[in-house]
Order: sequence, then structure tokens, then C-alpha cells
Amino acid sequence: MSQKVLLTAKEIDILLHRLACQLLENHLDFSNTVLIGIQPRGIFLAERLTKILSEEYQVKDIALGSLDITFFRDDFRRGEKTLEASTTEINFIIEGKRVVLIDDVLYTGRSIRAALTAIQSFGRPKEIELLTLIDRRFSRHLPIQPNYRGRQVDAINEEKVKVLWKENDGKDVIYLINT
Amino acid sequence: MSELSVNHLLGIKYLTEQDIELIFETADHFKEVINRAIKKVPTLRDITIANIFFENSTRTKLSFELAEKRLSADVINFSAGQSSVKKGETLIDTVNNILSMKVDMVVMRHPNPGAGIFLSRHVKASIINAGDGAHEHPTQALLDSFSIRERLGEVAGKKVVIVGDILHSRVALSNIFALKLQGAEVKVCGPRTLLPKHIESLGVGVETDLRKALNWCDVANMLRIQNERMEFSYFPTTREYSQQYGINKTLLESLDKEIVIMHPGPINRGVEITSDVADSEQSIILDQVENGVAIRMAVIYLLASKIK
Repeated sequence: MSQKVLLTAKEIDILLHRLACQLLENHLDFSNTVLIGIQPRGIFLAERLTKILSEEYQVKDIALGSLDITFFRDDFRRGEKTLEASTTEINFIIEGKRVVLIDDVLYTGRSIRAALTAIQSFGRPKEIELLTLIDRRFSRHLPIQPNYRGRQVDAINEEKVKVLWKENDGKDVIYLINT
Repeated sequence: MSELSVNHLLGIKYLTEQDIELIFETADHFKEVINRAIKKVPTLRDITIANIFFENSTRTKLSFELAEKRLSADVINFSAGQSSVKKGETLIDTVNNILSMKVDMVVMRHPNPGAGIFLSRHVKASIINAGDGAHEHPTQALLDSFSIRERLGEVAGKKVVIVGDILHSRVALSNIFALKLQGAEVKVCGPRTLLPKHIESLGVGVETDLRKALNWCDVANMLRIQNERMEFSYFPTTREYSQQYGINKTLLESLDKEIVIMHPGPINRGVEITSDVADSEQSIILDQVENGVAIRMAVIYLLASKIK
């Protein structure tokens, strides 16, 4: 197993600021927009973007939630292990809102497919967009593309992209791991 | 460890403390799901479940059926009253016939203790015991503990008294196993005639004075008098029973502390519990019913994920 650094903390920070600005451009004051981090790893990215938007761009009262997609996945009973759920926390109305789904890595697109179904349980949004930090090209199983992407990466199937966050893993870094 | 140690839920006796914790954590998520605008998830859309009830049941059957439907499983229902069992078919034949229709899981209630265990050894399906005679009723005990955990924060270290007909009660036995496993202290309380001999060997205390028992406990689980299982009289009259072992507002308010009141239902209002107690703030009877659906979803989900 070998791993190389794909993006350093500095590079991640620049990407986060660019993504925040792109969101700002499209959503202005976020009055009709909700950000949804996909569990378990998308929430760190969602929280970080919310922090930048509120602290550096003075966007007030951003609606931020987390969505667990375990019970909506299409691989139940297809793996060895029982799929373990995480918490869903959506304490606001989705109906008629502009939803931005946020996840760290877009790979096969199956998680996003599940999230699209899961979010319907909370109402009918006006529109749904997708923001992802890393977009793994050439590996999609479904016709799903991000509206906002941090960095596009060409990785083969044996490789794994791992995103670490300071608040959870001690440092900000993205590795490309060869198994 | 994110998997149950068992392939069937036959009784609490066969579970570990970790199993119970896993079921509770999963049930927390399902409780959030059943409080959404759309209360259904597509997880078990490729699973078929048969509810086989050889004994009457309203809430358990409804609760299981709702749990199955909330998980998007296909459900078939079978009641012994209208079936070939009356024509002499054996249990294994009945169930194998149902399984030939490609059923993955069986939820069974049966009047004979051990019916689920017997079935699990002879048929190829995951079995959930929904009550077998006076033996066990595991999902009831799980939802009872889950409700205590929800109200009091945790089960470990809590004092629970189970009051009433311990002798005929599968709820009592499953509750004793579940509570002991989680580190709670348990006492049983009732007239001597309704307390099984050697019940102390399960590690529970015995108390025949209800007031003393209530003053000792944090939670009182009031059981129903099961007239249908009694072949002869265990106490002089219902009136006398309710005077000695029924709980009412006056008794509750005269205690040193505020305790939590539970009841597995159906309630005989005025016998083991009066209406003002059943409907009071201290009662979590309706929470138990809501939690029942979440617990059963968790059990079904965790067992279904072991079906290959």
C-alpha cells in the first residue's frame, strides 16, 4: 500500500474559498437555500463551507443539516457487513427550498442517488444541486455530475481517495491511496 | 462490532449486551425516520416477511406489520384461526408451505413455549419470536428497556420492579433477562400464587408488599392479569387484587419519590392500574407503543442484513 498527497492543507483551503464564493454567486444571501452534508464524511465539508460563508462573507443564518442515506442505499445485503447508520438532522423545511447536497468525494454516484431519494422524505425541494470536493472522473455508475467541484481527479478503481479533516482526523490533507 | 451475534431473535436469553446496544442505536435512527413527513425507507424492498400468529394479538401484530411496511418489505399475514392448522397440519409443514412462496423471514406468535426455537432448527428462514406461551416476548422487553433508556438516560443501575402476574408472563421473563443484562436491579412483586417458585435464581428480588416495592424502585412495570392463561383462581377476587396490587393516584402521590410507570398493554383499567395513573405524566405507556415500531424496525433490519 502506498499513498501520495493529492492536496495539502493550503490547497484545500484555497479550494474551499473558491467553492464558498461559487455558492455565494449563485445563492447570494442564502435565504431560500439549505446546505445538506451527506453522512458520514460530507458533514465536515459542509460545516467548513458554512464557517467560511458566515465568518468571512457575513452570510447570516445559513440552514445546515446532515442527511444519512444508509436506509436508501442500493447495496443492502450485498456486502459482508451490516450497514451502520448515522444521524440525520434536518431541523428546517425542505419544501420549496434550493438544496445543495455536499459530499467530500464523488465516485460511483450511488451515494448521491440514495441521497436524492432520501431527501424526498422531507418534502419537495425547488431544486437540488451537488457540491463535491473531489470528483473522480471515469468511475461513474450513474449519470450524476456535480454543480460545484473542488478538484477533478483521474484515479483507477484500485486507488482510493481519502479526505482527512483537522477537526476529525487531526489535519487537513487529501491522499491518493494505492491498495 | 456492527452485527448481531444471532441469526434469529428467539429470546433475550440468547442475546449479548452488545446486541442490545446495537439494536438500540439502530432504533434511535428509525425513531427519527418514523417522525419524518414520509415515514418509509426503501431498505428491505427485496425481503418478504410472513407474520404467523397462532394466538390472538392486536398491537404486536400491528406494530410488526407497520415496522415491516416502513422498511418497504413485502408482508403476508397468517392467522391460525382461518387456516389449515385447524385441519391438522403440523407447524413445520405450515411454515415450510409458506416459505415455498419465497419468504425470507417469519415473525411468529405461538401458545407453546419454545415454538420459535423448534422452528428455527427445522426451517430455512430468519425467525422472530413475537411471544411463545409463557416463555419469552423479546421485542416487548427491548422496547421496554429502550423506553426506560429514553426517559431516564440509561438502564444500567436503575431499579425496576415488575408487578403482577409473573407466573404467566412472557413479558416478565424477557424483561428480567434484558434488564439484568444491561445492569439494572430487578424485583418482582405480586401475590405469592403468581410468583414462580425459585424466581430468585434468576437474580431478582421478591417483594409481596407493593408499597415497599414502589418506594424502592425507579420504574414500575405493571403487568396485565392474564385471565386467559389461568386454569384456576390465583387470588380471591379481582377487586381484592386491585386493592393490594393495583396502582392508583393516591398511592403514587404518597411515595417518597417520583417513579416511571410502564404497562405492556392491553390495560385492564381499574385492575392493575387506574385511569388517572395510566394517563398521567409519569406514565410512558404510549411512548412504549411508539418505540415498539422503531425497535421492531431495528430488529428486522439487523436480522435481514444477515440473510445472504
